[in-house]
Amino acid sequence: MIKAKQLVHEYIRRDEEGNVESVTTALDHVDLNVKPGEFIAILGHNGSGKSTLAKHINALLVASEGTLLVNGMDVSREENILPVRQSAGMVFQNPDNQIIASVVEEDVGFGPENTGVPTEEIWRRVEESLAAVGMLKYRHHSPNKLSGGQKQRVAIAGVVAMQPRCIVLDEPTAMLDPNGRREVIRTAHELNRASGVTILLITHYMEEVVDADRVLVMDQGKVVMQGTPREIFSQVGKLKEYRLDVPQVTILADLLRQSGLDIPRGVLRREELVEAVLRVAQVEDMQ
Amino acid sequence: MTDKMLMILDKVNYVYSEDTAYQIQALKDVSFKIAEGQFIGIIGHTGSGKSTLIQHLNGLMKATTGSIYFHGQDIYDDDFDLRELRNRVGLVFQYPEHQLFETTIFDDVCFGPKNQGLKEEEAGLRAFEALRSVGLPEELYYQSPFDLSGGQKRRVAIAGVLAMKPEVLILDEPTAGLDPAGRDEILDLVARMHRERGITVILVSHSMEDIAKYVQRIIVMNHGEVMFDDTPSNVFAHYRELEAVGLAAPQVTYLMHELKSRGLSVNTEAITVEEARESLIGALTGIDSGRRDIR
Repeated sequence: MIKAKQLVHEYIRRDEEGNVESVTTALDHVDLNVKPGEFIAILGHNGSGKSTLAKHINALLVASEGTLLVNGMDVSREENILPVRQSAGMVFQNPDNQIIASVVEEDVGFGPENTGVPTEEIWRRVEESLAAVGMLKYRHHSPNKLSGGQKQRVAIAGVVAMQPRCIVLDEPTAMLDPNGRREVIRTAHELNRASGVTILLITHYMEEVVDADRVLVMDQGKVVMQGTPREIFSQVGKLKEYRLDVPQVTILADLLRQSGLDIPRGVLRREELVEAVLRVAQVEDMQ
Repeated sequence: MTDKMLMILDKVNYVYSEDTAYQIQALKDVSFKIAEGQFIGIIGHTGSGKSTLIQHLNGLMKATTGSIYFHGQDIYDDDFDLRELRNRVGLVFQYPEHQLFETTIFDDVCFGPKNQGLKEEEAGLRAFEALRSVGLPEELYYQSPFDLSGGQKRRVAIAGVLAMKPEVLILDEPTAGLDPAGRDEILDLVARMHRERGITVILVSHSMEDIAKYVQRIIVMNHGEVMFDDTPSNVFAHYRELEAVGLAAPQVTYLMHELKSRGLSVNTEAITVEEARESLIGALTGIDSGRRDIR
Protein backbone atom coordinates (compact mmCIF):
# COMPACT_ATOMS: atom_id res chain seq x y z
CA MET A 1 0.00 0.00 0.00
CA ILE A 2 2.73 2.43 1.06
CA LYS A 3 6.33 1.83 0.15
CA ALA A 4 9.05 4.30 1.08
CA LYS A 5 12.63 3.76 0.06
CA GLN A 6 15.37 5.90 1.59
CA LEU A 7 12.97 8.82 1.81
CA VAL A 8 14.64 12.10 2.78
CA HIS A 9 13.01 15.42 3.50
CA GLU A 10 14.96 18.56 4.23
CA TYR A 11 13.41 21.81 5.30
CA ILE A 12 15.65 24.48 3.86
CA ARG A 13 15.59 28.00 5.21
CA ARG A 14 16.89 30.78 3.05
CA ASP A 15 17.66 34.40 3.87
CA GLU A 16 16.37 37.32 1.80
CA GLU A 17 19.00 36.82 -0.92
CA GLY A 18 18.08 33.19 -1.28
CA ASN A 19 21.21 31.86 0.38
CA VAL A 20 20.72 28.76 2.42
CA GLU A 21 20.58 29.67 6.12
CA SER A 22 19.94 26.29 7.64
CA VAL A 23 18.91 22.80 6.68
CA THR A 24 16.78 20.62 8.92
CA THR A 25 16.51 16.98 8.03
CA ALA A 26 12.97 15.99 8.97
CA LEU A 27 13.08 12.60 7.30
CA ASP A 28 16.39 10.81 7.22
CA HIS A 29 16.41 7.87 4.80
CA VAL A 30 13.14 6.32 5.90
CA ASP A 31 12.25 2.84 4.67
CA LEU A 32 8.66 1.84 5.15
CA ASN A 33 6.45 -0.93 3.88
CA VAL A 34 2.78 -0.87 4.80
CA LYS A 35 0.61 -3.71 3.58
CA PRO A 36 -3.00 -3.15 2.51
CA GLY A 37 -5.38 -3.45 5.46
CA GLU A 38 -2.74 -2.91 8.13
CA PHE A 39 -3.39 -0.73 11.18
CA ILE A 40 -0.15 1.11 11.89
CA ALA A 41 0.49 3.46 14.79
CA ILE A 42 3.30 5.99 14.62
CA LEU A 43 4.82 7.34 17.82
CA GLY A 44 7.53 9.93 18.23
CA HIS A 45 8.19 13.16 20.12
CA ASN A 46 7.32 16.60 18.78
CA GLY A 47 9.60 17.27 15.86
CA SER A 48 10.55 13.64 15.25
CA GLY A 49 9.26 13.68 11.67
CA LYS A 50 5.87 11.95 12.04
CA SER A 51 3.80 14.70 10.47
CA THR A 52 6.33 15.26 7.70
CA LEU A 53 6.04 11.59 6.81
CA ALA A 54 2.23 11.83 6.86
CA LYS A 55 2.30 14.81 4.51
CA HIS A 56 4.45 12.88 2.05
CA ILE A 57 1.94 10.06 1.95
CA ASN A 58 -0.69 12.61 0.97
CA ALA A 59 1.62 14.22 -1.62
CA LEU A 60 1.53 17.50 0.30
CA LEU A 61 5.31 17.58 0.39
CA VAL A 62 7.91 16.63 -2.18
CA ALA A 63 10.83 14.46 -1.09
CA SER A 64 14.39 15.74 -1.29
CA GLU A 65 15.66 12.23 -2.00
CA GLY A 66 14.32 8.70 -2.24
CA THR A 67 11.06 7.34 -3.52
CA LEU A 68 7.61 6.88 -2.11
CA LEU A 69 4.93 4.73 -3.67
CA VAL A 70 1.33 5.05 -2.51
CA ASN A 71 -0.98 2.41 -3.91
CA GLY A 72 1.70 1.70 -6.51
CA MET A 73 1.91 5.32 -7.64
CA ASP A 74 5.09 7.36 -7.40
CA VAL A 75 4.08 10.52 -5.47
CA SER A 76 6.82 12.60 -7.05
CA ARG A 77 5.16 12.46 -10.46
CA GLU A 78 2.94 15.44 -11.15
CA GLU A 79 0.18 13.36 -12.77
CA ASN A 80 -0.05 11.13 -9.72
CA ILE A 81 -0.72 13.86 -7.17
CA LEU A 82 -4.51 13.84 -7.40
CA PRO A 83 -4.89 10.05 -7.60
CA VAL A 84 -2.54 9.72 -4.60
CA ARG A 85 -4.61 12.16 -2.58
CA GLN A 86 -7.68 10.18 -3.44
CA SER A 87 -6.19 6.92 -2.32
CA ALA A 88 -4.70 8.34 0.88
CA GLY A 89 -6.98 10.62 2.88
CA MET A 90 -5.86 12.74 5.80
CA VAL A 91 -7.43 13.76 9.10
CA PHE A 92 -5.77 16.48 11.15
CA GLN A 93 -5.65 17.49 14.79
CA ASN A 94 -8.19 20.27 14.94
CA PRO A 95 -11.67 19.32 13.70
CA ASP A 96 -12.67 22.98 13.47
CA ASN A 97 -10.08 23.57 10.75
CA GLN A 98 -11.36 20.76 8.57
CA ILE A 99 -15.07 21.34 8.51
CA ILE A 100 -16.27 23.90 6.03
CA ALA A 101 -19.98 23.44 5.35
CA SER A 102 -22.83 24.52 7.60
CA VAL A 103 -24.65 21.18 7.43
CA VAL A 104 -22.99 17.86 8.24
CA GLU A 105 -24.03 16.02 5.06
CA GLU A 106 -22.88 18.87 2.83
CA ASP A 107 -19.50 18.83 4.48
CA VAL A 108 -19.13 15.11 3.85
CA GLY A 109 -20.26 15.53 0.24
CA PHE A 110 -17.81 18.33 -0.47
CA GLY A 111 -14.90 16.09 -1.46
CA PRO A 112 -16.71 13.84 -3.94
CA GLU A 113 -18.54 16.83 -5.40
CA ASN A 114 -15.22 18.53 -5.98
CA THR A 115 -13.93 15.59 -7.98
CA GLY A 116 -16.99 15.48 -10.23
CA VAL A 117 -18.77 12.47 -8.79
CA PRO A 118 -22.39 12.31 -10.08
CA THR A 119 -24.99 13.66 -7.63
CA GLU A 120 -26.73 10.38 -6.92
CA GLU A 121 -23.44 8.71 -6.24
CA ILE A 122 -22.47 11.58 -3.91
CA TRP A 123 -25.57 11.09 -1.77
CA ARG A 124 -25.01 7.38 -1.63
CA ARG A 125 -21.43 7.91 -0.47
CA VAL A 126 -22.45 10.57 2.06
CA GLU A 127 -24.94 8.18 3.59
CA GLU A 128 -22.52 5.27 3.65
CA SER A 129 -19.66 7.25 5.15
CA LEU A 130 -21.81 8.87 7.82
CA ALA A 131 -23.15 5.42 8.70
CA ALA A 132 -19.61 4.04 8.83
CA VAL A 133 -18.58 6.59 11.48
CA GLY A 134 -21.90 6.34 13.32
CA MET A 135 -23.01 9.88 12.54
CA LEU A 136 -25.87 9.26 10.12
CA LYS A 137 -28.53 10.60 12.45
CA TYR A 138 -26.70 13.92 12.62
CA ARG A 139 -26.70 14.41 8.84
CA HIS A 140 -28.92 17.47 8.94
CA HIS A 141 -27.21 19.04 11.95
CA SER A 142 -24.92 22.02 12.00
CA PRO A 143 -21.32 20.87 12.64
CA ASN A 144 -20.64 23.63 15.14
CA LYS A 145 -23.21 22.19 17.55
CA LEU A 146 -21.43 18.84 17.68
CA SER A 147 -18.96 17.68 20.32
CA GLY A 148 -15.26 17.46 19.47
CA GLY A 149 -15.38 13.70 18.93
CA GLN A 150 -18.45 14.01 16.70
CA LYS A 151 -16.83 16.76 14.62
CA GLN A 152 -13.75 14.63 14.19
CA ARG A 153 -15.92 11.71 13.05
CA VAL A 154 -17.59 14.00 10.49
CA ALA A 155 -14.12 14.94 9.26
CA ILE A 156 -13.31 11.22 8.96
CA ALA A 157 -16.59 10.65 7.08
CA GLY A 158 -15.54 13.40 4.67
CA VAL A 159 -12.37 11.44 3.97
CA VAL A 160 -14.21 8.10 3.75
CA ALA A 161 -16.56 9.60 1.14
CA MET A 162 -13.56 9.89 -1.17
CA GLN A 163 -13.24 6.10 -0.92
CA PRO A 164 -9.56 6.10 -0.04
CA ARG A 165 -7.57 2.90 0.36
CA CYS A 166 -5.66 4.41 3.22
CA ILE A 167 -6.37 7.04 5.90
CA VAL A 168 -3.66 8.92 7.73
CA LEU A 169 -4.81 10.36 11.05
CA ASP A 170 -2.38 12.95 12.39
CA GLU A 171 -3.04 13.30 16.14
CA PRO A 172 -6.80 13.17 15.63
CA THR A 173 -7.50 13.02 19.37
CA ALA A 174 -5.14 15.67 20.74
CA MET A 175 -7.94 18.16 21.36
CA LEU A 176 -10.66 15.77 22.48
CA ASP A 177 -12.12 14.76 25.83
CA PRO A 178 -11.91 11.07 26.92
CA ASN A 179 -15.20 10.16 25.26
CA GLY A 180 -14.27 11.88 22.02
CA ARG A 181 -10.93 10.08 21.99
CA ARG A 182 -12.62 6.71 22.41
CA GLU A 183 -15.14 7.46 19.63
CA VAL A 184 -12.46 8.42 17.14
CA ILE A 185 -10.17 5.46 17.86
CA ARG A 186 -13.08 3.04 17.75
CA THR A 187 -14.17 4.52 14.40
CA ALA A 188 -10.67 4.08 12.95
CA HIS A 189 -10.62 0.42 14.01
CA GLU A 190 -14.10 -0.20 12.63
CA LEU A 191 -13.18 1.26 9.24
CA ASN A 192 -10.10 -0.90 9.24
CA ARG A 193 -12.00 -4.07 10.13
CA ALA A 194 -15.17 -3.56 8.10
CA SER A 195 -13.77 -2.20 4.86
CA GLY A 196 -10.11 -3.10 5.08
CA VAL A 197 -8.95 0.52 4.89
CA THR A 198 -5.28 0.83 5.76
CA ILE A 199 -4.86 3.11 8.79
CA LEU A 200 -1.85 5.15 9.86
CA LEU A 201 -2.50 6.64 13.26
CA ILE A 202 -0.14 9.26 14.64
CA THR A 203 -0.64 9.89 18.33
CA HIS A 204 0.89 10.91 21.67
CA TYR A 205 -1.53 8.79 23.67
CA MET A 206 0.10 5.45 24.32
CA GLU A 207 -3.21 3.81 25.22
CA GLU A 208 -4.51 4.38 21.69
CA VAL A 209 -1.77 2.26 20.24
CA VAL A 210 -2.31 -1.08 22.02
CA ASP A 211 -4.71 -2.46 19.38
CA ALA A 212 -2.60 -1.56 16.34
CA ASP A 213 -1.08 -4.33 14.21
CA ARG A 214 2.28 -2.63 14.22
CA VAL A 215 3.90 0.34 15.93
CA LEU A 216 6.62 2.53 14.44
CA VAL A 217 8.67 4.81 16.63
CA MET A 218 10.30 7.81 14.99
CA ASP A 219 13.18 9.88 16.27
CA GLN A 220 15.18 12.54 14.44
CA GLY A 221 13.59 11.66 11.15
CA LYS A 222 14.36 7.96 11.38
CA VAL A 223 12.24 4.94 12.16
CA VAL A 224 14.08 3.73 15.26
CA MET A 225 11.77 1.00 16.55
CA GLN A 226 9.27 -1.23 14.85
CA GLY A 227 7.15 -4.09 16.12
CA THR A 228 3.90 -5.21 17.69
CA PRO A 229 2.58 -3.05 20.55
CA ARG A 230 3.73 -5.73 22.99
CA GLU A 231 7.26 -5.76 21.59
CA ILE A 232 7.45 -1.98 21.65
CA PHE A 233 5.98 -1.38 25.09
CA SER A 234 8.15 -4.01 26.76
CA GLN A 235 11.09 -1.64 26.16
CA VAL A 236 10.18 1.04 28.68
CA GLY A 237 13.67 2.46 29.05
CA LYS A 238 14.23 2.85 25.34
CA LEU A 239 10.86 4.56 24.87
CA LYS A 240 11.67 7.07 27.61
CA GLU A 241 14.88 7.91 25.77
CA TYR A 242 12.76 8.81 22.77
CA ARG A 243 10.62 11.07 25.01
CA LEU A 244 7.77 8.60 24.92
CA ASP A 245 5.88 6.66 27.51
CA VAL A 246 4.02 3.39 28.00
CA PRO A 247 0.38 2.86 29.00
CA GLN A 248 -0.35 3.19 32.73
CA VAL A 249 -1.19 -0.51 33.14
CA THR A 250 2.14 -1.43 31.56
CA ILE A 251 4.00 0.80 34.03
CA LEU A 252 2.05 -0.67 36.92
CA ALA A 253 2.70 -4.24 35.74
CA ASP A 254 6.41 -3.43 35.49
CA LEU A 255 6.51 -1.97 38.99
CA LEU A 256 4.77 -5.06 40.38
CA ARG A 257 7.23 -7.36 38.64
CA GLN A 258 10.14 -5.33 40.00
CA SER A 259 8.71 -5.86 43.47
CA GLY A 260 9.13 -9.57 42.93
CA LEU A 261 5.62 -10.52 41.86
CA ASP A 262 5.19 -13.02 39.07
CA ILE A 263 3.65 -10.72 36.44
CA PRO A 264 4.54 -11.28 32.77
CA ARG A 265 6.33 -8.71 30.64
CA GLY A 266 4.58 -6.53 28.07
CA VAL A 267 1.14 -6.32 29.70
CA LEU A 268 -0.86 -3.84 27.60
CA ARG A 269 -4.50 -4.05 28.56
CA ARG A 270 -6.36 -3.75 31.79
CA GLU A 271 -7.93 -7.20 31.43
CA GLU A 272 -4.50 -8.80 31.07
CA LEU A 273 -3.27 -7.22 34.27
CA VAL A 274 -6.46 -8.19 36.12
CA GLU A 275 -5.92 -11.83 35.14
CA ALA A 276 -2.21 -11.74 35.94
CA VAL A 277 -2.83 -10.24 39.38
CA LEU A 278 -5.58 -12.76 40.15
CA ARG A 279 -3.27 -15.63 39.15
CA VAL A 280 -0.65 -14.37 41.58
CA ALA A 281 -3.31 -14.08 44.29
CA GLN A 282 -4.45 -17.67 43.71
CA VAL A 283 -0.92 -19.04 43.88
CA GLU A 284 -0.40 -17.16 47.14
CA ASP A 285 -3.63 -18.62 48.47
CA MET A 286 -2.53 -22.18 47.80
CA GLN A 287 0.72 -21.75 49.65
CA MET B 1 -1.61 26.56 53.81
CA THR B 2 -4.10 29.09 55.06
CA ASP B 3 -7.82 28.91 54.72
CA LYS B 4 -7.92 32.44 53.41
CA MET B 5 -10.34 32.62 50.53
CA LEU B 6 -8.73 33.94 47.43
CA MET B 7 -11.77 33.80 45.30
CA ILE B 8 -15.46 33.23 45.82
CA LEU B 9 -17.96 32.60 43.05
CA ASP B 10 -21.55 33.17 44.08
CA LYS B 11 -24.27 31.88 41.74
CA VAL B 12 -22.48 32.89 38.57
CA ASN B 13 -24.58 32.61 35.42
CA TYR B 14 -23.47 33.34 31.91
CA VAL B 15 -25.72 33.40 28.87
CA TYR B 16 -24.36 33.61 25.32
CA SER B 17 -26.39 35.57 22.76
CA GLU B 18 -29.06 36.48 25.30
CA ASP B 19 -32.54 37.19 23.88
CA THR B 20 -31.75 35.69 20.50
CA ALA B 21 -32.66 32.35 18.95
CA TYR B 22 -29.11 31.17 19.69
CA GLN B 23 -29.31 31.79 23.42
CA ILE B 24 -27.20 29.28 25.35
CA GLN B 25 -26.68 29.21 29.07
CA ALA B 26 -22.99 28.41 29.40
CA LEU B 27 -22.80 28.73 33.19
CA LYS B 28 -25.61 27.90 35.58
CA ASP B 29 -25.48 28.98 39.23
CA VAL B 30 -21.81 28.20 39.59
CA SER B 31 -20.71 28.70 43.18
CA PHE B 32 -17.44 27.68 44.81
CA LYS B 33 -14.55 29.03 46.83
CA ILE B 34 -10.87 28.87 46.07
CA ALA B 35 -8.47 28.92 49.02
CA GLU B 36 -5.02 30.44 48.62
CA GLY B 37 -2.42 27.97 47.46
CA GLN B 38 -4.77 25.25 46.23
CA PHE B 39 -4.02 23.11 43.19
CA ILE B 40 -7.36 22.59 41.47
CA GLY B 41 -8.25 20.56 38.40
CA ILE B 42 -11.25 21.37 36.23
CA ILE B 43 -12.58 18.60 34.01
CA GLY B 44 -15.61 18.39 31.74
CA HIS B 45 -16.42 17.34 28.18
CA THR B 46 -16.02 19.74 25.25
CA GLY B 47 -18.61 22.44 25.60
CA SER B 48 -19.26 21.84 29.31
CA GLY B 49 -18.40 25.42 30.23
CA LYS B 50 -14.80 25.03 31.43
CA SER B 51 -13.30 27.69 29.20
CA THR B 52 -16.16 30.10 29.85
CA LEU B 53 -15.65 29.56 33.56
CA ILE B 54 -11.93 30.27 33.64
CA GLN B 55 -12.37 33.42 31.59
CA HIS B 56 -14.65 34.69 34.33
CA LEU B 57 -11.94 34.15 36.92
CA ASN B 58 -9.73 36.91 35.54
CA GLY B 59 -12.52 39.17 34.41
CA LEU B 60 -12.20 38.54 30.66
CA MET B 61 -15.88 37.63 30.62
CA LYS B 62 -18.52 39.25 32.78
CA ALA B 63 -21.18 37.13 34.45
CA THR B 64 -24.74 37.76 33.27
CA THR B 65 -25.81 37.46 36.91
CA GLY B 66 -24.03 36.51 40.12
CA SER B 67 -20.90 37.77 41.84
CA ILE B 68 -17.21 37.00 41.98
CA TYR B 69 -15.06 38.13 44.89
CA PHE B 70 -11.30 38.40 44.75
CA HIS B 71 -9.70 38.81 48.19
CA GLY B 72 -13.14 39.76 49.44
CA GLN B 73 -13.72 42.48 46.85
CA ASP B 74 -16.52 42.29 44.32
CA ILE B 75 -14.80 42.35 40.94
CA TYR B 76 -17.87 43.88 39.31
CA ASP B 77 -17.78 46.95 41.60
CA ASP B 78 -17.29 50.17 39.69
CA ASP B 79 -14.11 51.00 41.56
CA PHE B 80 -12.57 47.54 41.17
CA ASP B 81 -9.51 47.54 38.95
CA LEU B 82 -9.98 44.71 36.43
CA ARG B 83 -6.56 45.38 34.94
CA GLU B 84 -5.03 44.65 38.30
CA LEU B 85 -7.07 41.44 38.52
CA ARG B 86 -5.66 40.29 35.19
CA ASN B 87 -2.16 40.96 36.47
CA ARG B 88 -2.77 38.84 39.52
CA VAL B 89 -4.70 36.03 37.84
CA GLY B 90 -2.57 34.76 34.95
CA LEU B 91 -4.36 32.84 32.25
CA VAL B 92 -2.50 30.54 29.86
CA PHE B 93 -4.78 29.80 26.93
CA GLN B 94 -4.90 26.63 24.84
CA TYR B 95 -2.00 26.46 22.39
CA PRO B 96 -0.40 29.55 23.98
CA GLU B 97 2.56 29.26 21.61
CA HIS B 98 0.30 30.64 18.86
CA GLN B 99 0.43 33.93 20.73
CA LEU B 100 4.19 34.32 20.63
CA PHE B 101 4.99 37.25 18.38
CA GLU B 102 8.21 39.04 19.30
CA THR B 103 11.50 38.66 17.44
CA THR B 104 13.34 37.23 20.43
CA ILE B 105 12.23 34.97 23.23
CA PHE B 106 13.40 37.49 25.81
CA ASP B 107 11.36 40.35 24.29
CA ASP B 108 8.32 38.14 24.14
CA VAL B 109 8.50 37.35 27.84
CA CYS B 110 9.13 41.04 28.64
CA PHE B 111 5.92 42.08 26.93
CA GLY B 112 3.64 41.21 29.86
CA PRO B 113 5.56 42.97 32.63
CA LYS B 114 6.16 46.01 30.40
CA ASN B 115 2.47 46.16 29.73
CA GLN B 116 1.96 46.15 33.49
CA GLY B 117 3.83 49.45 33.52
CA LEU B 118 7.14 48.13 34.81
CA LYS B 119 10.36 49.83 33.73
CA GLU B 120 12.56 48.21 31.11
CA GLU B 121 15.06 47.02 33.70
CA GLU B 122 12.52 45.53 36.09
CA ALA B 123 10.66 43.84 33.21
CA GLY B 124 13.96 42.40 32.01
CA LEU B 125 14.71 40.99 35.44
CA ARG B 126 11.28 39.44 35.62
CA ALA B 127 11.68 37.91 32.16
CA PHE B 128 15.07 36.52 33.06
CA GLU B 129 13.72 34.97 36.23
CA ALA B 130 10.65 33.52 34.49
CA LEU B 131 12.69 32.01 31.67
CA ARG B 132 15.07 30.48 34.16
CA SER B 133 12.19 29.00 36.15
CA VAL B 134 10.75 27.27 33.09
CA GLY B 135 14.17 25.75 32.49
CA LEU B 136 14.94 27.21 29.08
CA PRO B 137 18.69 27.15 28.26
CA GLU B 138 20.15 30.66 28.46
CA GLU B 139 21.77 30.51 25.02
CA LEU B 140 18.29 30.50 23.50
CA TYR B 141 17.03 33.71 25.16
CA TYR B 142 17.90 35.99 22.26
CA GLN B 143 16.80 33.67 19.49
CA SER B 144 13.50 33.71 17.69
CA PRO B 145 10.75 31.86 19.59
CA PHE B 146 9.60 30.36 16.30
CA ASP B 147 12.63 28.09 15.99
CA LEU B 148 11.85 26.24 19.20
CA SER B 149 10.19 22.85 19.55
CA GLY B 150 6.52 22.65 20.49
CA GLY B 151 7.22 21.97 24.16
CA GLN B 152 9.82 24.74 24.40
CA LYS B 153 7.50 27.28 22.77
CA ARG B 154 4.85 26.41 25.25
CA ARG B 155 7.28 26.90 28.13
CA VAL B 156 8.17 30.34 26.76
CA ALA B 157 4.47 31.23 26.58
CA ILE B 158 4.02 30.14 30.19
CA ALA B 159 7.10 32.16 31.17
CA GLY B 160 5.37 35.18 29.64
CA VAL B 161 2.54 34.77 32.13
CA LEU B 162 4.84 33.92 35.06
CA ALA B 163 6.85 37.10 34.43
CA MET B 164 3.75 39.03 35.49
CA LYS B 165 4.07 37.34 38.90
CA PRO B 166 0.48 36.22 39.18
CA GLU B 167 -0.97 34.88 42.44
CA VAL B 168 -3.13 32.49 40.48
CA LEU B 169 -2.06 30.56 37.41
CA ILE B 170 -4.84 29.17 35.24
CA LEU B 171 -3.86 26.80 32.44
CA ASP B 172 -6.30 25.66 29.76
CA GLU B 173 -5.16 22.24 28.53
CA PRO B 174 -1.48 23.08 28.71
CA THR B 175 -0.35 19.68 27.43
CA ALA B 176 -2.60 19.20 24.36
CA GLY B 177 -0.50 18.04 21.41
CA LEU B 178 2.72 17.58 23.41
CA ASP B 179 4.69 14.35 23.48
CA PRO B 180 4.77 12.45 26.80
CA ALA B 181 8.09 13.94 27.90
CA GLY B 182 6.92 17.45 26.98
CA ARG B 183 3.74 16.85 28.92
CA ASP B 184 5.66 15.79 32.03
CA GLU B 185 7.99 18.80 31.76
CA ILE B 186 5.11 21.28 31.67
CA LEU B 187 3.17 19.65 34.49
CA ASP B 188 6.27 19.23 36.68
CA LEU B 189 7.03 22.90 36.12
CA VAL B 190 3.53 23.90 37.20
CA ALA B 191 3.72 21.62 40.25
CA ARG B 192 7.05 23.20 41.20
CA MET B 193 5.59 26.72 40.92
CA HIS B 194 2.81 25.58 43.22
CA ARG B 195 5.16 23.98 45.72
CA GLU B 196 7.91 26.57 45.82
CA ARG B 197 6.00 29.79 45.39
CA GLY B 198 2.69 28.78 46.90
CA ILE B 199 1.01 29.97 43.74
CA THR B 200 -2.63 28.90 43.34
CA VAL B 201 -3.03 26.71 40.26
CA ILE B 202 -6.13 25.88 38.25
CA LEU B 203 -5.51 23.21 35.63
CA VAL B 204 -8.05 22.44 32.91
CA SER B 205 -7.32 19.08 31.32
CA HIS B 206 -8.80 16.21 29.35
CA SER B 207 -6.28 13.78 30.78
CA MET B 208 -7.71 12.13 33.86
CA GLU B 209 -4.31 10.56 34.57
CA ASP B 210 -2.61 13.97 34.68
CA ILE B 211 -5.35 15.42 36.85
CA ALA B 212 -5.12 12.46 39.25
CA LYS B 213 -1.37 12.81 39.54
CA TYR B 214 -1.21 16.52 40.32
CA VAL B 215 -4.29 18.17 41.80
CA GLN B 216 -5.73 18.34 45.33
CA ARG B 217 -9.27 19.05 44.30
CA ILE B 218 -11.37 18.47 41.18
CA ILE B 219 -14.27 20.53 39.93
CA VAL B 220 -16.33 18.64 37.34
CA MET B 221 -18.33 20.79 34.93
CA ASN B 222 -21.32 19.48 33.02
CA HIS B 223 -23.75 21.55 30.95
CA GLY B 224 -22.51 24.70 32.64
CA GLU B 225 -23.08 23.38 36.14
CA VAL B 226 -20.74 22.14 38.83
CA MET B 227 -21.41 18.41 38.92
CA PHE B 228 -18.82 17.40 41.52
CA ASP B 229 -16.40 19.41 43.63
CA ASP B 230 -14.29 17.17 45.83
CA THR B 231 -10.95 15.41 46.35
CA PRO B 232 -9.69 13.39 43.36
CA SER B 233 -10.42 10.00 44.97
CA ASN B 234 -13.94 11.02 45.87
CA VAL B 235 -14.63 12.42 42.41
CA PHE B 236 -13.23 9.39 40.57
CA ALA B 237 -15.29 7.07 42.80
CA HIS B 238 -18.20 8.35 40.69
CA TYR B 239 -16.63 6.90 37.57
CA ARG B 240 -19.93 5.69 36.14
CA GLU B 241 -21.51 9.12 36.39
CA LEU B 242 -18.34 10.62 34.91
CA GLU B 243 -18.57 8.25 31.93
CA ALA B 244 -22.17 9.26 31.37
CA VAL B 245 -20.99 12.84 30.82
CA GLY B 246 -18.13 11.97 28.47
CA LEU B 247 -15.38 11.71 31.09
CA ALA B 248 -13.63 8.80 32.73
CA ALA B 249 -11.56 7.77 35.72
CA PRO B 250 -7.82 7.11 35.44
CA GLN B 251 -7.05 3.65 34.05
CA VAL B 252 -5.68 2.31 37.32
CA THR B 253 -8.94 3.17 39.09
CA TYR B 254 -10.82 0.93 36.65
CA LEU B 255 -8.28 -1.80 37.25
CA MET B 256 -8.78 -1.59 41.02
CA HIS B 257 -12.57 -1.71 40.67
CA GLU B 258 -12.35 -4.78 38.48
CA LEU B 259 -10.02 -6.56 40.88
CA LYS B 260 -12.32 -5.73 43.77
CA SER B 261 -15.34 -7.09 41.93
CA ARG B 262 -13.37 -10.29 41.32
CA GLY B 263 -12.86 -10.69 45.03
CA LEU B 264 -9.45 -9.19 45.66
CA SER B 265 -9.42 -6.74 48.53
CA VAL B 266 -7.75 -3.70 47.01
CA ASN B 267 -8.07 0.03 47.49
CA THR B 268 -10.53 1.29 44.87
CA GLU B 269 -9.64 4.85 45.84
CA ALA B 270 -6.25 4.47 44.17
CA ILE B 271 -6.04 6.94 41.30
CA THR B 272 -2.33 6.99 40.52
CA VAL B 273 0.06 4.22 39.48
CA GLU B 274 1.94 4.62 42.77
CA GLU B 275 -1.18 4.25 44.90
CA ALA B 276 -2.28 1.23 42.89
CA ARG B 277 1.13 -0.38 43.26
CA GLU B 278 1.08 0.05 47.03
CA SER B 279 -2.37 -1.40 47.40
CA LEU B 280 -1.68 -4.34 45.08
CA ILE B 281 1.58 -5.27 46.77
CA GLY B 282 -0.20 -5.11 50.11
CA ALA B 283 -3.02 -7.32 48.89
CA LEU B 284 -0.77 -9.82 47.12
CA THR B 285 2.03 -10.27 49.61
CA GLY B 286 -0.30 -10.64 52.55
CA ILE B 287 0.87 -7.53 54.42
CA ASP B 288 -2.69 -6.44 54.13
CA SER B 289 -4.37 -9.82 54.06
CA GLY B 290 -8.02 -9.12 53.75
CA ARG B 291 -8.44 -11.28 50.72
CA ARG B 292 -11.74 -12.94 50.02
CA ASP B 293 -12.47 -15.82 47.68
CA ILE B 294 -11.20 -15.13 44.19
CA ARG B 295 -13.63 -15.82 41.39
